[in-house]
Amino acid sequence: MASAAHPEPIEPIQPLQPPSGRPRGGHDQHTLPAPFLPDACEPLTQGAEALVYRTHFLTPQTPAVLKYRPPKPYRHPTLDKRLTKARLLAEARVLVKCRREGVSVPAVLGADWEGGWLVLEYVGGGTVRGVLDGWVHRLPELSREGNSETISEGRKKSEEEEALWELMRKVGRAVGRLHEIGVCHGDLTTSNLMVRDEEEYTENETNLPPSGDIVLIDFGLATQTIQDEDRAVDLYVLERAFAATHPAAEPLFQEVLRTYGGSFKGAKSVLRRLEDVRLRGRKKSMLG
Amino acid sequence: MATVRKFHLPHYPSYPIYISTFKNVENAAFLRSQLLEGNPNFDYAFLDASTILSLNHILLPAFLALSLHTSGRAKTKTVHSELVFRLHPNNNIAESFKKFGIGDSSRNIIAVKIGGFMKEGQDEVAEESVSRHLGEVVQGDSTDPGERGERLGEECEMEKVRKMYKLESGAGGGGKKGKKIGNTGEAVNGMGGEEKDRKEMESVVLGVITLKGS
Repeated sequence: MASAAHPEPIEPIQPLQPPSGRPRGGHDQHTLPAPFLPDACEPLTQGAEALVYRTHFLTPQTPAVLKYRPPKPYRHPTLDKRLTKARLLAEARVLVKCRREGVSVPAVLGADWEGGWLVLEYVGGGTVRGVLDGWVHRLPELSREGNSETISEGRKKSEEEEALWELMRKVGRAVGRLHEIGVCHGDLTTSNLMVRDEEEYTENETNLPPSGDIVLIDFGLATQTIQDEDRAVDLYVLERAFAATHPAAEPLFQEVLRTYGGSFKGAKSVLRRLEDVRLRGRKKSMLG
Repeated sequence: MATVRKFHLPHYPSYPIYISTFKNVENAAFLRSQLLEGNPNFDYAFLDASTILSLNHILLPAFLALSLHTSGRAKTKTVHSELVFRLHPNNNIAESFKKFGIGDSSRNIIAVKIGGFMKEGQDEVAEESVSRHLGEVVQGDSTDPGERGERLGEECEMEKVRKMYKLESGAGGGGKKGKKIGNTGEAVNGMGGEEKDRKEMESVVLGVITLKGS
């Protein structure tokens, strides 16, 4: 046979390709759940479970955030549906509970747990992380000003600092309120704390931290619990987020804790528990 | 002729939503009887205006009704009955009609008609035909809901809504803080206290409607 005379060369082994049809980084290539259309949805961010888009809902004038949990092809369809439903509902229930109790979180505008989507109020503004990063970025010049600049410059600096400390007190109170109503966030980082600002947040020229209310976002890992342990872990995670920004943010976090400590009955014992959590880390060691 | 305002849900452009409001309605009992008989000409959602906070308070259930109807998951027969059912936080159809639907003694009503569902031999509903039909059958004073539906909450009884969605104090009752949602009464940022209360209430109500049946 001809093929026996000229054996086909064996193809060299190709490196593994990512699964076709879902190119990496192309989260806009996911099909959106009906009735949402890609033209009206602008991708904002993506997590392990959900895709987040900016869109509008009910009226073209109502900006909204669409959080879509697409089906995971590697899971059994029945299990996938159940997990998606359970997680989406847990998040929506916690948000509605917070809103009922007056904790500042995005309102739930709509959802379909079969379709895996949740529509939330759009919160304008920036994150606390952005504010801290901006402040850290200017730290060298701030310290220089503090040494040599005129009195008027010095006053401006203290004004900025005071606004920053007031922001920390707001964070402490917001987290305190959340814990008081029996909710733990589960992923409390400075990126999940927003400062509401109805006018679109820009690189503010005054360098003053924004003065809006703190809005807690991303309740995808939130639980309803009143245990000191869970509350302390929330604080611990937040502490690590502050520490990751800059060592200079340490005293700022102390102010968060101080305000938290006075924000509700039981906060003091959470702070005591925080000491234990610091020694061992976020995971409580399980015996047996 | 009754004043009818047409609204579009951005996600359902082919299903226009016609909203019309009436005051001093004399024949609510008749309208209700037509609904109960299932008269095909009375394919509306007639709502008691005292239970409706705002335009969004109608648009969200309308959205959900359309979403469920178009995907065959609706619990009731028509998109209009589904709208009324979606308003109520519980899963009891009869009760949702009793609470949010028109009652024999209702004086202020909101009529909602969702277009786009053409049946054979029936013309597509138009603003004008809705207006003419409602003008003929409703004995009451037609009022303008406003171009953006901004006047839809005018006849709302906030206390009633608060009770129906259980917005009193903390969930589970017996909360030590007798805090009522949307009852702060403070005026902040130039926004009237009442308007702010209503917004805050609306945001909770939309969440409760969303979570219905979960």
